[in-house]
Amino acid sequence: MNWITGLAFVLFAPIIGGLIAGFDRKISARLQGRMGPPILQPFYDVGKLFEKETMVVRKSQRLYMEFFFVLMVFTGAIFFSGGDLLLVIFAFTMAGVFFALGGYKASSPYSFIGAQREVIQMMSYEPAIMLAAVGMYMVTGSFQVSSIVAYKHPLILQLPGLFLAFFFILPIKFRKSPFDLAASHHAHQELVKGITTEFSGRTLALMEIAHWYEYVFVLGIGYLFFASNVWLGLLMVLVIFELLLIVDNATARVRWQAMLGSAWIVALAAGGLNIIYLMLVKG
Amino acid sequence: MGMLSKSPWVIHYDGSSCNGCDIEVLAALMPRFDVERFGVVNTGNPKHADIFLLTGSINEQNKPIVQNIYDQMPEPKVVLAVGICATSGGIFRECYNVLGGADKVVPVDVYVPGCSVRPEAIIDAVVKGVGILEQKRAAYLAAGKA
Amino acid sequence: MASSLLNFLILFPLAVALALVLTRKESLFPVIIYPASAVLIGASLFLAGLHAGGKPLFIAAHYDWVESAMLAAEAAVSAYLLFLSVRQRDWFVSALVVVQAVLLFGFHFGCGHGAHAEANLFIDLFSVVMGLIVGVVGTLIAVFSVGYMRDLHHHAPAELTGLGSSPQPGSAGLAAVPDNRPVFFGIIFLFLSAMFGVCFSNNLFWLFFFWEITTVCSFLMIRYKGDEISVKNAFWALRWNLLGGLAFLLGLIYLYQTHHTIELDKLLALPKALVMLPIALISFAGLTKSAQLPFSSWLVGAMVAPTPVSALLHSSTMVKAGVYIVLRFATSLEGTMLGMIVAIIGLITFLIGSFICISQQDAKKVLAYSTIANLGLIILCAGIGSYEAVWAGILLIVFHAVSKGLLFLCVGSIEHKLGSRSIEEMSGLIVRLPRLAFMLEIGIAGMFLAPFGMLISKWAVLRAIVDSNPLFAIFLIYGSAATLFFWVKWLGKIINVEKHYKNIEGGISKDQWLPMWALTGLTLMICALFAPFAAVFIEPYIVALYGHSMSLGAGNMAVMTIMLSMMAFFPLAFLDRARGVSVAPPYLAGANVGPEGQQFRNSLGGVTEMHMKNFYMEDIFSEARLMRLGVMMTVIFLIALIAVGGLL
Repeated sequence: MNWITGLAFVLFAPIIGGLIAGFDRKISARLQGRMGPPILQPFYDVGKLFEKETMVVRKSQRLYMEFFFVLMVFTGAIFFSGGDLLLVIFAFTMAGVFFALGGYKASSPYSFIGAQREVIQMMSYEPAIMLAAVGMYMVTGSFQVSSIVAYKHPLILQLPGLFLAFFFILPIKFRKSPFDLAASHHAHQELVKGITTEFSGRTLALMEIAHWYEYVFVLGIGYLFFASNVWLGLLMVLVIFELLLIVDNATARVRWQAMLGSAWIVALAAGGLNIIYLMLVKG
Repeated sequence: MGMLSKSPWVIHYDGSSCNGCDIEVLAALMPRFDVERFGVVNTGNPKHADIFLLTGSINEQNKPIVQNIYDQMPEPKVVLAVGICATSGGIFRECYNVLGGADKVVPVDVYVPGCSVRPEAIIDAVVKGVGILEQKRAAYLAAGKA
Repeated sequence: MASSLLNFLILFPLAVALALVLTRKESLFPVIIYPASAVLIGASLFLAGLHAGGKPLFIAAHYDWVESAMLAAEAAVSAYLLFLSVRQRDWFVSALVVVQAVLLFGFHFGCGHGAHAEANLFIDLFSVVMGLIVGVVGTLIAVFSVGYMRDLHHHAPAELTGLGSSPQPGSAGLAAVPDNRPVFFGIIFLFLSAMFGVCFSNNLFWLFFFWEITTVCSFLMIRYKGDEISVKNAFWALRWNLLGGLAFLLGLIYLYQTHHTIELDKLLALPKALVMLPIALISFAGLTKSAQLPFSSWLVGAMVAPTPVSALLHSSTMVKAGVYIVLRFATSLEGTMLGMIVAIIGLITFLIGSFICISQQDAKKVLAYSTIANLGLIILCAGIGSYEAVWAGILLIVFHAVSKGLLFLCVGSIEHKLGSRSIEEMSGLIVRLPRLAFMLEIGIAGMFLAPFGMLISKWAVLRAIVDSNPLFAIFLIYGSAATLFFWVKWLGKIINVEKHYKNIEGGISKDQWLPMWALTGLTLMICALFAPFAAVFIEPYIVALYGHSMSLGAGNMAVMTIMLSMMAFFPLAFLDRARGVSVAPPYLAGANVGPEGQQFRNSLGGVTEMHMKNFYMEDIFSEARLMRLGVMMTVIFLIALIAVGGLL
């Protein structure tokens, strides 16, 4: 365990995550032929939210989101200190559960449906992430992130199927098309703002920052596939992110049935085949 | 801080109208004018919004809805009456069920005449609204401290 | 000391059962049950303390009268079951009873005459853990049933019929339930006695005897209400358990004929290739009793019984006897074809059970299928049989018993309060029944959420599986993704408040509160203290079997502890932190009306209450279709199991 990288995550992830969000909006705007907001726009948004009144339906709804924030930071901190990957995923799931429960607690039809969809999303992406962890274990012989990073060859060479499955569910975690079912930064408004509908002011700002932590954490998992070389890893993370934006702008939102079905099938087919391959190789 | 002026989030409601101003609002969001350059986002959700952008006149049907949306916006907030119908009732003013402009229900901060209003005017109105928002924020913070 | 304690644990509940049946006075029930439960809890804790970390202890316990008494009891039970099944015209059950009786008595007075065990009873750490579960969780449920059954018979009919829109198989015939509580409580204690017997028997014939007693007890309890559906489901349960019992008996007789032993430890010590057939047969019995897939329907049908019965069957007794016996054979199953098949059956059960839960609205059915799924997980561990798997399996038994016991008791009390056990009716439970909702949340969190119990075991299971067969891991992962979905949506429904509710929590008796608080405390305590618990009660057992044990790592434990202490802040949700916060009605597209703003004006100008309903995905995760699929797959594997057993 390396506490320094964990601490670095806690301190710098919001900055990096906010910049990621800023680039996201800028690049998306360019892809749509617009100027787009400044790169620092997400920070302005969050700063503004801290200045606003917090309006709620049920007072305790904020606590769930505060737990979401804390657990998200915690998840990333364990991950970046090189902790146990399974434990990281469990903590991550727990953060997600609190996020969804906040939506339920808000007791509004829009946040309720958003929360339902959030949980369906969690159900959709969990197999791919867990299988990725299993695949990494089979190759490196350890669930410890620190040992996985220390592995000499790029994991992608042995885990192409699992990487595909992981990439397929990335839009879910970045809340992007075609899987931005629960909440949306775009003008898809059939659910208003989905799970975040009833949150405002400081709580919304906190959720936004938690999402930035989440961006960095999820990209960190992507990094593991290329971790043998730092520069290769960082480059590939950028490529992954760029691809994600193109997918986001090139696709429309799908129904939850399509999301659940496709995410599970891709994870089962690509990930499963990959794992069978690993079993055969290991003999 | 002044973050508020860099990130005005809008909720747009169209009352009783011909939809002309409605379409101009969308035009302002489109690539040609791209108000997102200034951080303007059409949220579609009063709980997230700072600016209530009203087009169309107020009638008996939509009066409680406009009132509800206004009430559900967190402080500080401003109201823009965009287009002549929203400012005064416009061409629908004499209709049997039309009450008049937006100021019949909610306190309007910026009036933007025009039929239909041009996107440049809408952007101008948002900028004016942001100025008022800053003043209201100062008042809100002062009230919070008091 | 230990030997007399064992005798006491088996005989004392029996005496209590007799006392209860003989007194038949309502005012005396608490007077008998409270001290008896205290004594039982004390005795099982004392036994655990006495034996903590110790080596297995074999106790001769030769009493002539015991064998005769058991035979007499077997004869009486057979005759009784035969009578009932003939009256019910359930010829399948009659045939099973007759064949079993003929085999048993034929063996006793024929070829097996003089079959003798050196040690009839034994105690090791695994049986201590089981004894603790039976002694603590089982007796708490017995205490709960005092209050619950009083409710049921006194004022339940008016409350429980009509209300609630969900289909309620259990409450249809409630008005006509004959009050037969002395027998009911008697059976509960008889059940506990038999469970202690199962856990501590080394003589397999004794084990078989207690095994059959649990079958009969569950049968009697399921048919307690006496209406048509209860009786039908009771016979359904009886049928599969008797089938399992028959397999058990055949396994025993075969074992004696080939190896001249009827002792558990000797069976486990024999080279495993030689005893595959008896192990296969006894494992088959374990699969039926633990409601694995082709047989799962009996446990779902058993839901018609009063809730304490479900709690008892699901958490501390009955099904736990099934997984106990299979887990005992883990060392013999490890790395064999048979173990593989057992593991696959467990895995399929876990997957199908978890999927079916998604589409269930009836809270008790969700609990039932989740029990089936979790038992599948334990069976999977047993089938894999590596040291990590057994470690995880035992831990799963413990966590599951405590959390599931709590959940059933909560749902029972909630059902009495709301008049429904549909999850959709539980909206705003956190306002209406705050304390019950809190316990329910703890129980649910204990079933799947990170720092809590089941998750720890699932983690260990995953590690065990990845080491032995990563293909299994794929299916395990899909199952646990489904688990996440149905628990979260239930939790969400409890905390979601769709209109203005009043607190209606009054009137739940102390007999119900006490065990529920105790189980809530236990759920939390075992999460916090599972590491020392495992170190004292589970790891020495694993080390004795495999030579080394499993640990999750100190760093990981620290992280888990941090997470758990974070959860300790959760009750803050109930504090009113109103500073700088304004309350507004939910966004309903601006159409809110009414004082709370929780209604809206609909398109016809009328006023509509807002209402939110969960996803159940009935078209994808349909119970009937998934059940058919699961039964088909597992039947194929069971045929394979029999074939493998035959070949070896």
